[in-house]
Amino acid sequence: MGASQSARTEHEFQDLADRTGFSLEQIGNLNKRFRQLSKNEETLSRQDLASISALDNNPLRAQIINAFFDKRNLRQNEAGTVQVIGFEEFLMVMSHFRPAAMHITEEEREKLRREKLRFLFNMHDTDSDGTITLEEYRRAVEELLSKAGTIGQETAKAIADAAMLEVASTTRGKMEPDEFYEGITFENFLQILKTFDIETRMHVRFLNMDTATMRCGK
Amino acid sequence: MSVRVALHSPRGSRSFLERGLLLLVMLIFLEGTVLTLGAASSPDISAQDNTGGGDDQRGIEGRHGHANYTKKAFPVLSLDYRHIHVPFEISLWVLLASLMKLGFHLIPRLSSIVPESCLLIVVGLLVGGLIKLAGEEVPPVLDSNLFFLCLLPPIILDAGYFLPIRPFMENIGTILMFAVVGTLWNAFFVGGLLYAVCQIEGTYLSQVELLPCLLFGSIISAVDPVAVLAVFEEIHINELLHILVFGESLLNDAVTVVLYHLFEEYSDAGEVTPMDVVLGVICFLIVSLGGIAVGTIYGILAAFTSRFTSHTRVIEPLFVFVYSYMAYLSAEMFHLSGIMALIACGAVMRPYVEANISHKSHTTVKYFLKMWSSVSETLIFIFLGVATVAGPHAWNWTFVSVTVILCLVSRVIGVVGLTFIINKFRIVKLTTKDQFIVAYGGLRGAIAFSLGYLLDKDLFPMRTMFLTAIITEIFFTVFVQGMTIKPLVDLLAVKKKQEAKRSINEEIHTQFLDHLLTGIEDICGHYGHHHWKDKLNRFNKKYIKKCLIAGERYKEPQLIAFYHKMEFKQAIELVESGGGVKLPSAMPSQVSMQNIQPKKLPPAVAERALPQFTKGREEEIRKILRSNLQKTRQRLRSYNRHTLVADPFEDGWNDFILKKQRMIELEKKMSNYLTVPAAPPDSPTMCRARLASDPNAFYNIKASSDGVPTIQVDLASPQSPDSVNMLNEFSKRGATDQGLGQREGADRDEDQGLMMKPSSAGIEEKGEEGGGNKNPGLMRCLSDPGPSNEDEEDEPFLP
Repeated sequence: MGASQSARTEHEFQDLADRTGFSLEQIGNLNKRFRQLSKNEETLSRQDLASISALDNNPLRAQIINAFFDKRNLRQNEAGTVQVIGFEEFLMVMSHFRPAAMHITEEEREKLRREKLRFLFNMHDTDSDGTITLEEYRRAVEELLSKAGTIGQETAKAIADAAMLEVASTTRGKMEPDEFYEGITFENFLQILKTFDIETRMHVRFLNMDTATMRCGK
Repeated sequence: MSVRVALHSPRGSRSFLERGLLLLVMLIFLEGTVLTLGAASSPDISAQDNTGGGDDQRGIEGRHGHANYTKKAFPVLSLDYRHIHVPFEISLWVLLASLMKLGFHLIPRLSSIVPESCLLIVVGLLVGGLIKLAGEEVPPVLDSNLFFLCLLPPIILDAGYFLPIRPFMENIGTILMFAVVGTLWNAFFVGGLLYAVCQIEGTYLSQVELLPCLLFGSIISAVDPVAVLAVFEEIHINELLHILVFGESLLNDAVTVVLYHLFEEYSDAGEVTPMDVVLGVICFLIVSLGGIAVGTIYGILAAFTSRFTSHTRVIEPLFVFVYSYMAYLSAEMFHLSGIMALIACGAVMRPYVEANISHKSHTTVKYFLKMWSSVSETLIFIFLGVATVAGPHAWNWTFVSVTVILCLVSRVIGVVGLTFIINKFRIVKLTTKDQFIVAYGGLRGAIAFSLGYLLDKDLFPMRTMFLTAIITEIFFTVFVQGMTIKPLVDLLAVKKKQEAKRSINEEIHTQFLDHLLTGIEDICGHYGHHHWKDKLNRFNKKYIKKCLIAGERYKEPQLIAFYHKMEFKQAIELVESGGGVKLPSAMPSQVSMQNIQPKKLPPAVAERALPQFTKGREEEIRKILRSNLQKTRQRLRSYNRHTLVADPFEDGWNDFILKKQRMIELEKKMSNYLTVPAAPPDSPTMCRARLASDPNAFYNIKASSDGVPTIQVDLASPQSPDSVNMLNEFSKRGATDQGLGQREGADRDEDQGLMMKPSSAGIEEKGEEGGGNKNPGLMRCLSDPGPSNEDEEDEPFLP
């Protein structure tokens, strides 16, 4: 549409790159994908994401889609969801999956960890009250095992219970019989996943080249 | 006799000296005896032809020449060493190796300073020295056939079967780079530079051609899995480094095989044309991929076979071993990479076989593999020592020292250079510390020696010099690098292996992340490796698991399998440490269900007191119980190989453990929340609880117990309050009076096995309802332990 258009987009992209940490090429690629998903509109809705056929086999499909529309992931400190998201919000959610740079300080690493774990936490904490209650956790595990048939459903509850017990033991220690453990707070969540090197595990390879090429392996 | 001697002398050094002397004495004694006996029967027969031959001859003589026959006294006791000498010597070596291992661990500080491999080589040297001192010819123990066909496979199978697949696959690119490119670089660098050095005037080595040098380079450049395993096992570095070095040592076998054959073939031709190089590359692909294919085929066969072994559990481990060994031999038959075949076989068969075989077979497989690989490793190092003493040596200062230096230099350059390239593609970069450990951990071992030994003496006149150089290099890496790597690891503060137990939260989140990342990749629209991994998993689940896993277990997702394993482990720990009803203070969870269950407002106590258990649900639970845990058969009456097959003890163990766990949980809850004294120690409850820790007694108590305790097992969770299990000592009769609810009596009929008969009444514990609720009926139940006659008393304890 003309040089001015592309110049403006360049400028926008640069701005986005600074804010989200992606490189210009990655943003370009993600923009292409965004356009493809949203059928060339400015915003993306849930239906657009739901129409991706590859997601059908994924047991976490609904939760992943919800995560894109969750305000907490969009750096807005409020609860609730939005109906549509723009490219910038799309990028913001994606930025949670950027790998850690090679030489970062301990502080930065910690910050990165918190960010990624916060994303996971938000996925579990569906009612946005700041804690993952037993019900929420159960639901999460049930979703995870939803493709596993009846056996999955039976043990999902047990697994969630056992996991919850573990969190409670690790974070609260010995509890009196009439004490009640409300749910997993974010701090507890951090604590139990301390040995889980999330900053290296939770990443997706964002390509610098055309997304059409397939690449796998490290 | 020798064992007793070894035991009496706790100091290892004395024990092996004595062993050596004993061996010596025995050999001399036998020689002497044999000589005497030989002389008695026939003077012509040499010393080795002992009484066996002599007797025959005499017998024949006796028949033919009746006149010559002089009657001798019937030999009541005769010595025939020749007859058994091969297995005897083998057993003696194995015994020596094992006693050495024992001895080292008895010496407190030695094993922490010096790695075991070094000690074993020293032992080998000493034994070889002793044999030489005795004037005997040192047997060529590290015969290549023996090594490659008998000693190496157990170690590789052990490594392959227990290979941690996830880190291996995640780092496969790096590992392959190191294994293929790194080994090639090493081979050519060392070989080429050695040739250059040999051409220098003053070294008298100018007759060494280029191709033998390159051959030597390819032999010596391969990192040895045996040595790496031996040393790295003791230093406990983090998983990434371990898998990098170890994976490299396993996968470079293909490269070594191809290079070795290539240079050996063409060394007399004197030159290698580009065509040969191309053929070499093709050969490499065939060797490696062919090896993997052979291994995979055998692995699938083994998995398929294990699907049908539910009736013959005793020979299950045999299939694992035999199929793997055949994979190795088949690969070796075609000159493919036997090591890669073994690794592929073990890694492929493992998930399916483990889902099919019984717990005991799994333990057997594990322990046999560990045992064999341990003995093999020990023997290899001892034989290295012996072979050093034995072998003809041709020491050449220049050659040997240049070899050692070049190997080190090339390894460092190779690792640094490759890491530079690899780090561009890796997410988790390799730091300098990592690179150092990878370079320093490149140990050479017995494979290099055996390959050198295989060289033809005529084609390679400098073979002895090569062997000397190889041995020196091995000694250098094992002793110097092996001994110093541990302090260096501590000094550099390299990250060590995390000993933390896998928690269920981590497992949940691992699975969660897998799916999440796959989903994100799908949204991004490119097919990253999560996508392909997911596809492979789905393919695996849909088609492969159905074929290869028996029964319904194939539907079990990994998370559930992990959870069951954990439960099982926890239950065993509980029984082992608990023993009785009193809980040990280190309980895995100090928090019980009532702490996390949201409090429900109690509308009516009596109503709420009952667990809402529909018949249908209980049915389902029982079905699941049966399908996941083993069915119990008959009671184990007598031990023989055949009844070992349907081992109810093991099968019932699972149910039993869960029951025990429930019982303990229940006891704890009851003693916490009900202000009712716990059942008195002599009550049947306690008796049974005590006996529960001693399962053998369990089988015998039936005759004496009056009431059949009624314990139900809830599969769903050991801690879920909804599925509370009751410990009930009352008969149906007694309980119905209280009208506390019915248990399904009909289930009784379907119970098979160790599960004890449920009776009707249930007692509810009300921890989550706010504790301390005293139902008068409840109090009565608990405080009155009187057992009443069960009508099931006449039934056998186990149906």
